[in-house]
Amino acid sequence: MNIRNGLVGILALALALLGGCGTMDKRADGDAAVEDRGAAAGAQAGIDGAEARGLGADGDLRGLALDDPSSPLATRTIYFEFDSSEVAAADREVVAAHARYLAANPQQQVVLEGHADERGSREYNIGLGDRRAQSVRRMLEFQGVAPDQIRTVSYGEEKPAVEGHDEQAWSRNRRVEIVYMDQ
Amino acid sequence: MKRIIPVFLLLVFWSGLQPARAELTIEITSGTEGALPIAVVPFAWNGPGTPPEDVAEIVAADLARSGQFAPLPRADMLSRPARPEDIRYRDWRAVGVDNLVIGRIVPREGGGYTVEFRLFDVFRGRQLTGYSFPTSGERLRETAHRVADIVYETLTGERGAFRTWIAYVTVTGSGDERRYSLQVADSDGYNPRTVLRSRQPLMSPSWSPDARRLAYVSFEQETAEVYVQELATGQRRKVASYQGINGAPSWSPDGRQLALTLSQDGNAEIYILSLDSGRLRRLTRHPAIDTEPAWAPDGRSLVFTSDRGGSPQLYRLAVDGGRPERLTFEGGYNASADFAPDGERLALLHRDGRGNYRVAVQDLERGMLTLVSEGRLDESPSFAPNGRMILYATEAGGRGVLAAASVDGRVGQRLRLQEGEVREPAWSPFLE
Repeated sequence: MNIRNGLVGILALALALLGGCGTMDKRADGDAAVEDRGAAAGAQAGIDGAEARGLGADGDLRGLALDDPSSPLATRTIYFEFDSSEVAAADREVVAAHARYLAANPQQQVVLEGHADERGSREYNIGLGDRRAQSVRRMLEFQGVAPDQIRTVSYGEEKPAVEGHDEQAWSRNRRVEIVYMDQ
Repeated sequence: MKRIIPVFLLLVFWSGLQPARAELTIEITSGTEGALPIAVVPFAWNGPGTPPEDVAEIVAADLARSGQFAPLPRADMLSRPARPEDIRYRDWRAVGVDNLVIGRIVPREGGGYTVEFRLFDVFRGRQLTGYSFPTSGERLRETAHRVADIVYETLTGERGAFRTWIAYVTVTGSGDERRYSLQVADSDGYNPRTVLRSRQPLMSPSWSPDARRLAYVSFEQETAEVYVQELATGQRRKVASYQGINGAPSWSPDGRQLALTLSQDGNAEIYILSLDSGRLRRLTRHPAIDTEPAWAPDGRSLVFTSDRGGSPQLYRLAVDGGRPERLTFEGGYNASADFAPDGERLALLHRDGRGNYRVAVQDLERGMLTLVSEGRLDESPSFAPNGRMILYATEAGGRGVLAAASVDGRVGQRLRLQEGEVREPAWSPFLE
């Protein structure tokens, strides 16, 4: 427990040192992905890499990390703006953490479930959910996840997370759920 | 002015079958101004006990739902003739009806019934038409719809669409207990039959032109797949199960091809699938969402939804290919096209300036858009096969119900499920 909390602490410190959101944005883009895959040099890549390697090396530890509520891997839902499939800056680190984990565990399969809010056409909303899932897929693949580790499915507005007919419900329903498949 | 008239809320009994409760109830929600006054006299019953169905009530309710007729309440009828010689025309002129329907139901030896009816012009004092139909107990309601179709066609000159079916999806429960069901019912919501039940979403039912098969989307394998199911036998065939989206099936007018949406190449595109050979032909190539193809009645073009212009709008594309032509320009959201049977108008889903999603009709030649529905979250418009009414999904009291409106927006009605939601209506073609 202490060791993991410590790791999270170091990660948080490293992120803080990197200087906030603007830098995080960049990290989540292409350059950072290459760094992560290299995972050899530099303090930041070292921390991320150590985390990923540690998780991959030990079955129990890996299970714990996926289930650890304080790990970024515990966040399995990415939310979207209306009619948008762009992953918000604040969520890119979450996607990046899943990418590192999946890249380090190539036998692990994941399903990206795309969803939309209830407004408008059901089939167009299937298209929107698909576009959101594809957007997350591209980020994962760009950061080293093999295409055959990822399956996408769009449920459109058919499986709302929250029932309701207002923006509060809608904002919770425009989402991609990252579902890890049982091994 | 809005008034709510509960038209009927009856228990339906099928002879020889278990009592079946009507799952959809209908209420007329607006307007009968300008409707033709007509009297449908209760049909005489020449058998023991009470008649198995109130055929006249079914006929009157059909005519009322069309918005084009105002049936006389039974309490206002001065007499109840069953035979032509019993009609006193002055009784009917006195209560202001233009037309009169009388009839009787006669049990047949060996089972079944004969339904006879006659339609009269009250002012000229003469019969306009009359038929006699042999029928079975199970088909008595269908026969009543047939009577309504003949009355409608005789008086309006247009084919009636009462003896038709509607397909729709119902949803009950929530969360992990959510259950989806694809149903087919008579056009008045009676006689619902289950086509398919699933724990996973069912979507986008589409009628084959002969009304014998439904294409639909099922997520039963936790991925979208398109099936074609024969209604009479329940036999079905998986016709599309590619990586990604398999959705929005729409039959070609000859019933041999399906237009659908696939994203097997990473993006939603329109394809045409030959049902005989299984051959696929891709029609669109654009990074936008291209979906919801609707086949024009002449079979030569498709209308589809695309956000290639920055917002979802309708485009028309020749089946042979070529450049899509944009059809809608009013507002930032136009989707879910359904062709009127004459091919000259589209029903569509339109977002108005206040963010309400409403059903509208667009005249293809003049480009004019007319709003038909009044809801906040309406969707899935579907034309009646005679082009006079549009069935769509709306929200009432926080849950999904079906509604129907005349194409001019003058008359409206709601079809409500006792519990749960009902959505994605598709009105069948004429039944042959």
